[in-house]
Amino acid sequence: MRNGTADEPGLGRAILRALHLDLLLLGGVVLLLAIGFVVLYSASGENIDTLYRQGVRVGVAFMVLLLLAQIPAHHLRQWSPWVYVFGVLLLLAVMFFGEVGKGAQRWLDLGVVRFQPSEFMKIAVPMMVAWYFADRPLPPRFLEVVIAALLVLVPAGLIARQPDLGTALLVAGSGLVIIFLAGVRWRILMALGALAMLAAPVLWHFMQDYQRRRVLTLLNPESDPLGAGYHIIQSKIAIGSGGLYGKGWLNGTQSQLEFLPERSTDFIFAVHAEEFGLMGVLLLLALYLFVIIRGLIIALRAQDTYSRLLAGSLSFTFFIYVLVNTGMVSGLLPVVGVPLPLLSYGGTSMVTLMAAFGILMSIHSHRRLLAR
Amino acid sequence: MSRQPIKNHHQEQRLFLARVIVLGVVIVLLFTLVAMRLTQLQVVNHSHFATLSQNNRVRLEALPPPRGLIYDRNGVVLAENRPAYQLEVTPEQVGNLQDTLDRLSDLLELEPEEIDRFRRALRGKRPFQAVPLKLNLTDEELANFAVNRHLFPGVDVQARVARHYPHGASLAHVIGYVGRIDEREMARIDTRRYAGTTHIGKLGIERYYEDDLHGQVGFQKVEVNAQGRTLRILEREPPVPGRDLVLSLDVRLQAVAQEALEGMAGAIVAMDPRNGEVLAMVSMPTFDPNLFVHGIPARTFNELRNNRRQPLFNRALSGQYPPGSTLKMLVGLAGLEHGVIRADRMMFAAGYYTLPNDTRRYRDWRRHGHGWVDLDKAITQSSDVYFYDMSFRLGIDRMSEFLGRFGVGEATGIDSTGERRGLLPSREWKRGAHGMPWFPGETLITSIGQGYMLATPVQLASITSTLAMRGQRVRPHLLRGVLGEDGEELHVAEPEFLTPVQVSRPEFWDQVLTPMEHVMHRPNGTAFHSAGRDAPYRIAGKTGTSQVFSLGQDEEYDEGALPRHLWDHALFIGFAPAEDPRIAVAVLVENGGSGGRVSAPVARRVMDYFMLEMTPDAQWYR
Repeated sequence: MRNGTADEPGLGRAILRALHLDLLLLGGVVLLLAIGFVVLYSASGENIDTLYRQGVRVGVAFMVLLLLAQIPAHHLRQWSPWVYVFGVLLLLAVMFFGEVGKGAQRWLDLGVVRFQPSEFMKIAVPMMVAWYFADRPLPPRFLEVVIAALLVLVPAGLIARQPDLGTALLVAGSGLVIIFLAGVRWRILMALGALAMLAAPVLWHFMQDYQRRRVLTLLNPESDPLGAGYHIIQSKIAIGSGGLYGKGWLNGTQSQLEFLPERSTDFIFAVHAEEFGLMGVLLLLALYLFVIIRGLIIALRAQDTYSRLLAGSLSFTFFIYVLVNTGMVSGLLPVVGVPLPLLSYGGTSMVTLMAAFGILMSIHSHRRLLAR
Repeated sequence: MSRQPIKNHHQEQRLFLARVIVLGVVIVLLFTLVAMRLTQLQVVNHSHFATLSQNNRVRLEALPPPRGLIYDRNGVVLAENRPAYQLEVTPEQVGNLQDTLDRLSDLLELEPEEIDRFRRALRGKRPFQAVPLKLNLTDEELANFAVNRHLFPGVDVQARVARHYPHGASLAHVIGYVGRIDEREMARIDTRRYAGTTHIGKLGIERYYEDDLHGQVGFQKVEVNAQGRTLRILEREPPVPGRDLVLSLDVRLQAVAQEALEGMAGAIVAMDPRNGEVLAMVSMPTFDPNLFVHGIPARTFNELRNNRRQPLFNRALSGQYPPGSTLKMLVGLAGLEHGVIRADRMMFAAGYYTLPNDTRRYRDWRRHGHGWVDLDKAITQSSDVYFYDMSFRLGIDRMSEFLGRFGVGEATGIDSTGERRGLLPSREWKRGAHGMPWFPGETLITSIGQGYMLATPVQLASITSTLAMRGQRVRPHLLRGVLGEDGEELHVAEPEFLTPVQVSRPEFWDQVLTPMEHVMHRPNGTAFHSAGRDAPYRIAGKTGTSQVFSLGQDEEYDEGALPRHLWDHALFIGFAPAEDPRIAVAVLVENGGSGGRVSAPVARRVMDYFMLEMTPDAQWYR
């Protein structure tokens, strides 16, 4: 698509190139955002204020995307360790000085803005791990794998302690996938897999009560239909009653009549499924898949190890978002607080997501500036 | 593994490609898994979840029908539905329930039963459903709460429709009352018909005509949100209101009858002998039926139940008393019919009677007897000895059979609850009930309405009607008719005529009925001085005084020496006008003493009001 003769198609493409944007990725993201607004209008009970606030967030996030798209990847690479160290320090700061909200200590009040360092780590961790492998010959040796794993698991552990299982999962996923992409040998991978299996009971031991309850609820939601199981039951009813073609926009009774909890945030997928049916859901999933695959293609085309690994990681993190959220809403996975990317109402993850897309676009659009 | 000092970019790129492909496959596979899961939910199990969603959203609500009203024969409302204010609590909206209850108790005086009932109702209620705490608030309580309302979030005053009896105690024993449906009734009724209905007829007309009064339950399908709040009505089938009943009672006559019995324990039943319509039915003492509608406090109920005068007891239907001399006409008629006596034949009635070969003396109520008496005088002066002698010759079998023709010992089948049968003794009955043979002396006692024989006041009124109508029998009833659905047209209930009492010669009727007039209008009549003397119309009547307590062989009955509850029951039956009867009355006063002195004047007051003050055209509804 992109070659020397690309000047011809005209002004639009020229502007995109000048702004270092990728048409396909941007197209996918904008379509998803558009669907998000449509569903959010319904999920919020036709509340224009909600749409307006979401619009402001998207605007801010888009600025971040534009900004990051202009920064060539090699600058990011140089900053990576500092960004990472800064992030970990912020996490520690949260641990000691953070604000408590909804039973968890996640926020850092910087006076002007309240800030969630764990969000920041979704970018900082993959940058750090990519940086770590960038100059080393690959596949990595065992010791390097262990060091990389520690780079990932220490901040992930800090986040899990807040407690914020969803973000910890995303952070861990974003870092660990780099170890995989770096070419870690299958033997080591399997050994680590076995270790993880052994660690599961230990992890169970260290889980908070509410986290354990969520896992148990997943296994048998009917055991507590008015308590923890209520979310899953109502969400499954919403999805299932949508059928093949859905109940129609604004006609989802589960969501409109407030049976569905958290319907504009974590459970917005159920609203979409109820009102647009399996057809709407498959279309949405296809769109997500398109964005993910576009991200992976960008990773494949990247010209250095750092960009490759970072782009692969960011694309994969986006996938984890979608998988965990849809899995949770449809009752395949426990209820962990992971929003549906680009659709769920809320500002914190929106900025991080768009920042990641900005980095992807930068990696793609700055290629030719690098010497081979 | 040997360390490679230099990065092999080409090889790394190939390795990366391989890993991305693996990752891509994993991603596609997991997406497929999610898609399959969604297909399972949305296609395979769609109907299951569609049903659940529908059940979530739609609630079927019962619409209880308004209960039919009850009117007297002139259209005066006897039972109505009126708004009642009740205090309801929505626990979900109350912070600390116990604290709220404590503070409400200070404000409104909650009874322990009210709190118990409230706690029972809390179980098994729907979320955000309000639970009644205190029913039927008084104006004062309403005002008290209104002022302090802001202190009680989640507590509301709700207007509901509740049964009200404007005439209160006066009609308690006739109309009965409604009360909350209890567990036993729950098992008996069709719960679907009673969905949404909280009250049911417990006694009297309210119970007997429950099916007509209740109506048909309606339904509405409403859409609700997750909080259980109704958003809109999707479908509605309105309830069919219960039918309005018009009773044959006249509240004015009822009031007069009640007043005539004031301070006594007893009953009055007045009916139209021509068609069986009950015009007044009083049982005293009585109670306020409105107490029962909202759940009577245990303290009040125990006071009523343990009251020695038994206000809850419906003497008119459930009270069984020895009829005493009031049935002498029936015995006389039996004697005439079977040729045992002739009206004009005289006998000497001394102060007592003895059976052949027996020394026991069967005493007359008058110490020295009545001298030479014929049937007329025997009824007018109520000679016991005349009837002892006749019944000895008639025998228990023929007497019992003949009294049975009038309905003695048989429930009248009046349209109310709690009626008792009374008792007509016979040889077979005694063998069955006591395992003993019949003694001749018992025949004598039976002939003056004592011994085993028992009758209820409504039976006595029915028997009086039969006498008044010379054998034509009609079932007494309280329902005059049912109003049409338009509330205008009255569908009159047809009187139910029973097998008439027939005698071989019509003048037998005159031979027992004329003496009844003499009872009232001749100076030697037992009710002349107390009731009949100055009557401007002709009355036929008979007094009765029945023993509560058996006297010994030679003892004298002396009211002054006996405790009140052992005094004789005072009875009176009669009809008027004698030549064309329009009203038949039976009066019973428990432990009243003499029937002539106590009960006859009561009957006279009722008859006077009916005959002299009630204008005939006002008797008919619309």
